[in-house]
Amino acid sequence: MSISMQLPDYLVERDPNRCIKCKVCVNQCANEVHSWDEDIDSVIAAEEKCVNCHRCVTYCPTRALKIRRNPTEYKENSYWNARTIRGIDRQAEGGGVLLTGMGTDRPIPIYWDRLFLNASQVTNPSIDPLREPMEIKTYLGSKPDNVIIKDGKLIKELPPQLVLDAPIMFGALSFGAISLSAVKSLAKAATDCGIMWNTGEGGLHRDAYEYSKNCIVQVASGRFGVDAEYLNAGAAIEIKIGQGAKPGIGGHLPGEKVGEEVSRTRMIPIGSDAISPAPHHDIYSIEDLRQLIYALKEATRYTKPVSVKVSAVHNVAAIASGIVRAGADIVAIDGVRGGTGAAPLRTRDSVGIPAELALASVDSRLRQEGIRNQASLVIAGGIRNSSDVVKAIALGADACYIGTAALITMGCRMCQTCYTGKCNWGICTQDPKLVKRLNPEIGAQRLANLIHAWSHEIKELLGGMGINALESLRGNRLMLRGVGLSETEYRILGILPAGE
Amino acid sequence: MKYLVIGNSAAGIGTIEGIRQVDPEGSIMLISDEPYHTYSRPLISYYLAGKVKPEKMYYREPDFYEKLNVNLRLGVKVEEIHPDEKTVSLSTGEIVKYETLMLATGGKPIIPEMPGLQFKGVFSFLKWDDVKDIEANINKYNKIVIIGAGLIGLKAAEAMVGLEVKVTVVELANRVLSAILDEEAAEIVQRTLEDKGVEFSLNNTVKEIQGSGDKVSGVLLQDNTELECDAVIIAIGVSPNKDLATEAGLAVNRGIVVDDYLRTNYPDIYAAGDVSEGYDILYKQRRVLPILPNAYRQGYTAGHNMAGQEERYHGGFGMNAISFFGLPMITAGIIKPDSSEFTEMIERDSTKRNYRKIVLRDNKLVGFIALNEVDRAGILTGLMEKEIDINTFKDKLLYKDFGYAHLPKEYRQEQLLGVIKL
Amino acid sequence: MKRVYAREEVCAGCKLCEVYCATAHSEYPNSILKAFLKQETRPIARILVEVDQPLSFALQCRHCEEANCTQACITGAMTKNPETGIVTNDESRCVGCWTCVLVCPYGAIKRDETGHKVASKCDLCSNNDTNPICVEKCPNNALIFAEISRGGE
Repeated sequence: MSISMQLPDYLVERDPNRCIKCKVCVNQCANEVHSWDEDIDSVIAAEEKCVNCHRCVTYCPTRALKIRRNPTEYKENSYWNARTIRGIDRQAEGGGVLLTGMGTDRPIPIYWDRLFLNASQVTNPSIDPLREPMEIKTYLGSKPDNVIIKDGKLIKELPPQLVLDAPIMFGALSFGAISLSAVKSLAKAATDCGIMWNTGEGGLHRDAYEYSKNCIVQVASGRFGVDAEYLNAGAAIEIKIGQGAKPGIGGHLPGEKVGEEVSRTRMIPIGSDAISPAPHHDIYSIEDLRQLIYALKEATRYTKPVSVKVSAVHNVAAIASGIVRAGADIVAIDGVRGGTGAAPLRTRDSVGIPAELALASVDSRLRQEGIRNQASLVIAGGIRNSSDVVKAIALGADACYIGTAALITMGCRMCQTCYTGKCNWGICTQDPKLVKRLNPEIGAQRLANLIHAWSHEIKELLGGMGINALESLRGNRLMLRGVGLSETEYRILGILPAGE
Repeated sequence: MKYLVIGNSAAGIGTIEGIRQVDPEGSIMLISDEPYHTYSRPLISYYLAGKVKPEKMYYREPDFYEKLNVNLRLGVKVEEIHPDEKTVSLSTGEIVKYETLMLATGGKPIIPEMPGLQFKGVFSFLKWDDVKDIEANINKYNKIVIIGAGLIGLKAAEAMVGLEVKVTVVELANRVLSAILDEEAAEIVQRTLEDKGVEFSLNNTVKEIQGSGDKVSGVLLQDNTELECDAVIIAIGVSPNKDLATEAGLAVNRGIVVDDYLRTNYPDIYAAGDVSEGYDILYKQRRVLPILPNAYRQGYTAGHNMAGQEERYHGGFGMNAISFFGLPMITAGIIKPDSSEFTEMIERDSTKRNYRKIVLRDNKLVGFIALNEVDRAGILTGLMEKEIDINTFKDKLLYKDFGYAHLPKEYRQEQLLGVIKL
Repeated sequence: MKRVYAREEVCAGCKLCEVYCATAHSEYPNSILKAFLKQETRPIARILVEVDQPLSFALQCRHCEEANCTQACITGAMTKNPETGIVTNDESRCVGCWTCVLVCPYGAIKRDETGHKVASKCDLCSNNDTNPICVEKCPNNALIFAEISRGGE
């Protein structure tokens, strides 16, 4: 065996004046970084296994632990940097596709941060949301070209709508990829907050049926977990064509994660790999997609909106137009930063386009074509906070999916090793000893806190702009100004530079 | 008196506490021929060794009798029981009437017939007065012979070693603690005591106590060796102190015969503790089980019954926790089975004096020895008591960390969620 | 009475309850560091986490209604407070004979041989009102302090 060229990414610093040898770090690290050495009566660390997930740091009762980036320098080179060399080292020793998770960490331009919101001054009053009603309720679904109101009543029946108490939904996270504890946390929080959670392609676990009124059930290329009961249980159905983390490629849940519960929920044999093909093999055209959309509408007697989710790719605007014309009630677009799951590193970092640009171009295109009302637009892929939400709405979104932010809320520290199945926080794992580390009551409470906090902030920002209903902000790009962007970017985003 | 209790040790105290739980009012009289506030008999060796001060000898708080409103008669002997008249006559000449009577008269030391018992320096080792007698002249004893290597004998030996007296223990059986240990465990215990200077003469006994003047000067053993000594402690065992019952015409075997409710053949007379024959759930027969936990439990249950709250005594079995010179041991039930219906499992680490043994019968735990590693042994006792089928986890019984994690989920949750009386 | 119950389905097996329990019953009840690093002998927890992965749960004295340990105690040191229901061991009277260890069906009594040998057990942090420290500090709400009637929740 030759020597490994890979240096530990992190160093574990244990303060001997604070370590009480309680071994909590030893019993909490599923990566087996910490171990007890009887001979020297101390805890020692195998640093090469550390992924910096903070489990030990958080649980250490005396704060005796610090995890630091390994300060060892590689020879300075702005092209062949340490990250590049480490990637090559991993492949030289492992010979495989580099896997990672939790979205790209490369410095892709963050358009959200170049966008600035307006506020009312003098000529129109701002509104104090603590004193005055502020409406952020959101309806997702196809809106008719016109409505007829007689005696104060709506005459024409509206297509089915998803009703959200805030313009935020939990993005697709499948049971199998994430633990049942995480699923329950999301489901309960969504129900408590009057928003939606999304099954991903994991099916609907029988324990989650009680939260199905707030659930979007997904139909993806593997069709896992799909049957009539499933389709009818959800509040809406989503056809997943692509996801931001890995546009153009399918999914692979290794057989070792397919235990009894995942097996039953996904309707596949225990221990079998759950492979979602890259394409839907029955969808090779917009016409094929239309067939599936209407098959699902038929199956649910036209009572539920159908969403189609795609990755943000180069010609996303044209694709979105086709999706709307195929009969989708909701179009969900997942930007390049999206990616709560495991993904091949090169795909994650290099395939797709930023959500902000995709959103603006899709919204513009649908308006130009006069079909914007036929579908709601949901944006996903890196929504970090309430101002990102507000900016997304101003750019044309009806609502946002949050995935990464939700996982962080449940404890995820973005260590990007989702693919190992050893998530120390009990989120992205099926190992029963790890799954129980996430108490769904705590997870749900933290998620509900987050949604409540963002809702308050959204109201504050709206009030500042003198707007008392979120509906008035949708696609209202006059409320945005940009800084430091190119002319082309301004054109695509449909906004003016700050000062203009 | 509504309730009359004879005996002031564990069974008698258990009886009083049992009665008072049901009947806070009814008059109780407690009679004891010893002059002391209730004290702990097992502590006498600790007292002799100086490890327990006199004020800590007491089994209950000083205001115990007062709090429970007990008419206390210490230093008084009951001479006779008249079951038909429902009275007892006392050494003071009084006649006391009772409605229900508890005989918790305990045990008395077995003293074998042999020449020399009359010499000064021959002691038994059961009551506080016994050790006070020893203590009175302790400076005069350089060498002592203890007859019997049972719990009492060895506890006495340990105390004497602490007092720098040279000790020889003579035991008829082939090993120490033969009632609670098998050969292998007994050898470890014997070695531990020998390391502290105790000498043993096994398969042997004292034929005669020799004296010079009125004092003990030595003993003559069965194998005709002679040992010099200044004192002899007779610790062969205890027998039920049942004379009162026998004379009163109660049904008596080895101990006083009682039913499942601790009642004698007279429905208003109960017996509990070392004097009675309680039910042994392992041997499935009535036996005298002279151990403190059983005595208390029997007294307590009998107290309920005496006060009119009917309660069955489910039985017990032999069990002991004891240590010698820092070597702890916990044993229970059948530890040295003699037939093929039993299975034994053993785990040992001789370098550490660790020895653990499990005895099974019909997929049930019927006995164990835990030597040195005694932590959580009560879980095993509980499995015995509740006669749990151990088939699904029997290979784990000897795990060092054996616990509820290894027990079936239903049992675990029932036990841990509900608080159940055992 | 209120007792501590473990919810094994969310017990992370971290054993922080043991750390906090040991500290609370040490010479320095307010400082983990001092309890473990300054006290001469290592503090002993009165709660025990059983682990047989994936199963884990904390276990401590159940404060039985009719407690074997109080009935079997040879010295009278182990008593159940008739008002609070808490079973406590008077360490000044305990001689470390381990009869309570023999009879406790939960294995909830520990041997403390750091000084004068005594049986060491959960005292519900000496009250039956506010949460004991183990419940308070459990990072995953896997311990609850509640009155649960026989037969489960």
